[in-house]
Amino acid sequence: MSKALPANLEQIEVNLKKLTNQRTRSSLLGIAILILVFFSGTLVSLEANAGSFGRGIANFFNYPRDLFIDTFEMGWKYWPRVVKYIPELITTLNIALFSTSIGFVLAVIFAIFSSRNLIRNKRVIQFTKFFMDVTRSFPTLIIAMVFLYLMGKSSLPAVIAITIHTAGALGKLFTEAIENCDGKPIEGLSSVGATWTQKIRFSVLPQVLPLFLSYGILRLEINVRESTILGFVGAGGIGEMLAALIQWNYGADVLACMFLLVGTIIALDYLSAYWRHNLIGVNQ
Amino acid sequence: MSSSLAIERDNIRKLFPDTFNQAKKSRIKGQIIFFLILIYLIIGFFTLDVVDIPKKWKPQNAAMFVLDTYAHKDHVTMKWENPDDIKIAFEGNYRSVYGRDNLDKSIPEWFYKKSDNIGNVIEFNNEGKAILYKDRVEIVNFPKYERDFTIKLNANGKPYVVGSEDLAKDDLKGFRITENRVEFRPTLHERVQVYPKKVEIHRYSIGWKYFWFDFSSPLEPYSFFEALGLTFSKERVVPEMSNLKLFLTEIKDNEAFMHGRVWWAMLETIVMAVLGTMFATVMALPLSFLAAYNVTPIKALRFTLRRLFDTLRGIDFLIWSLIFLRAFGPGPFTGIFAIGFTDTGTLGKLYSEAIENTEKKQQEGVQSTGASKFLQHRFGIIPQILPIFVSQSLYYLESNTRGAVIIGAMGAGGIGLQFLGALGTGNDFENVAYMAILVLAVVIFMDRLSAWLRRILIGSDQLIVR
Repeated sequence: MSKALPANLEQIEVNLKKLTNQRTRSSLLGIAILILVFFSGTLVSLEANAGSFGRGIANFFNYPRDLFIDTFEMGWKYWPRVVKYIPELITTLNIALFSTSIGFVLAVIFAIFSSRNLIRNKRVIQFTKFFMDVTRSFPTLIIAMVFLYLMGKSSLPAVIAITIHTAGALGKLFTEAIENCDGKPIEGLSSVGATWTQKIRFSVLPQVLPLFLSYGILRLEINVRESTILGFVGAGGIGEMLAALIQWNYGADVLACMFLLVGTIIALDYLSAYWRHNLIGVNQ
Repeated sequence: MSSSLAIERDNIRKLFPDTFNQAKKSRIKGQIIFFLILIYLIIGFFTLDVVDIPKKWKPQNAAMFVLDTYAHKDHVTMKWENPDDIKIAFEGNYRSVYGRDNLDKSIPEWFYKKSDNIGNVIEFNNEGKAILYKDRVEIVNFPKYERDFTIKLNANGKPYVVGSEDLAKDDLKGFRITENRVEFRPTLHERVQVYPKKVEIHRYSIGWKYFWFDFSSPLEPYSFFEALGLTFSKERVVPEMSNLKLFLTEIKDNEAFMHGRVWWAMLETIVMAVLGTMFATVMALPLSFLAAYNVTPIKALRFTLRRLFDTLRGIDFLIWSLIFLRAFGPGPFTGIFAIGFTDTGTLGKLYSEAIENTEKKQQEGVQSTGASKFLQHRFGIIPQILPIFVSQSLYYLESNTRGAVIIGAMGAGGIGLQFLGALGTGNDFENVAYMAILVLAVVIFMDRLSAWLRRILIGSDQLIVR
């Protein structure tokens, strides 16, 4: 037995060595590319940046420190300030919630029309998928800026922009969920002569609804951030207030807004993890 | 048949009352939630003034915006006090005037002298004509109009349409007449405006003119491919530089579309996204090991790191970019660090969860050979989580490209700021469209690139969660 092995072992060792060498080579190549990207990127940044990198690092804590000093100078009078900005925060949340709801409904419609197991017509699927790709790829800011220009300052451009983006982003996830769902309930309903709508209602929907809601909650969390950012360019809510306060250099108020925002986002983070856990058992 | 089914159902209902009640309960719960959402939507509808959309929507503005994204216009201007000096300028720009001596730019063929040698004819694309005389403007031959019009100045120097008092309102459609201006705009593509001082005519044509070479470029007479062909010829178009160099600089320095600046800005944005994601990955990698319970036994450290991830993520990149903007000034560093800090939190959380979900057996296998703790992690955990790490980081690369555009618009530079600037001018909408298309293309490209990389690196382009 021990005599028969060596030839085989040698072969195995040669193969192993070959494989290891190949892996090492591709790893090294990958690392080299990463380093190249890193250095060329840094060169571009150094070229394009207005201030120098070293000064930036040194100045990093200046702004936060100023904000905190401003806040401490106010003492206990500070808390009414924080409360003052809650209505603005509610506007931002309202924008996010409303546009997520509308976007959710649109996404469900898109997803139904782009799922291979629900629609037979390939053209319809391709068109819907392309349409979702386009709506998803535009940064919300670009859509919002154009609508802000066309409609004047209000929250509506933010609602429109977030709705469009949400419809595309959720639509893609929903499509995947529908396409991955179990085909047997659909077959079962087909066998008793259910119509297309009945099949969707009684076999697809019960399977995907928890997943849909979970994705929707995750989107809501992202959209709160988005609506704050859109406020920054003039769509109202706490973002717009924050932009104004920064311009006026009201340090304490800036920090109040930031606290409200960070608190809301962290709270939503936990809340959404909890809800999603309840819905689908795991927090995906 | 149906009656026997009904009996069966009743029997089942009697046998399993709990199941039916529960179904009923959950249905009622679902309905209540549905109604609550409906009520919220109605409230949101009014609080967000969605009803105002038709009121706020300015169709004129939108039409002009869309028109300008796909069309360009030439201005023809004649001052009444000096009717011989007619200026034809591209987009009304004083630097892009046709027929000037210093520029070798001939008058376009749609502008010519009438056969009587007095009137100057501007021919529109729909074959309608506006004819400029010393004392009047004639509008002739417009399709869907039965008669021609003449616009003159009255004794007070105000413009009026000759014979307009005899015409019905319907005959004057397309006209907008106020005291100091007569405007004729039958469709969006033709516009004749007569003022007490001057006549201004806008003639629209479809397409992005001067996309490759701008108005005053020596290469402008050639199309893109002709100019590309010229780069191989030895005869120089301008004596100072070779054709290839001229070709590249002329495209780069295009005044209308500013390719050089736009592409540099795009590069900045991509650099922000790529380096930001790299930064986050490099930071999150060691931290996530320290935050995973199967690697780090110290509970306090794990707890601290978890809260650090939450805070980094909770301070949205909006706030991070505000802080970094103060420190680094406008530029890619702001974007890199804002994206890097936010995503260190996100990736750190995802990575540490992935590490905690690894199979324990492999690590035990390595342990059984007497390997040290470090080697156990190296060969027991890392091979399991590497695909997840790669997949997550690449997935975030695409969304960070969009994020980098947004950070740019808030002051960090890059394509976002260029876009904001073009929109702010209020008339360079072809640039707005160009940049929007560019952003769209780059985001889709990054999406495809990251999917492709995921496929060749880990064999699946789906996002692996755990």
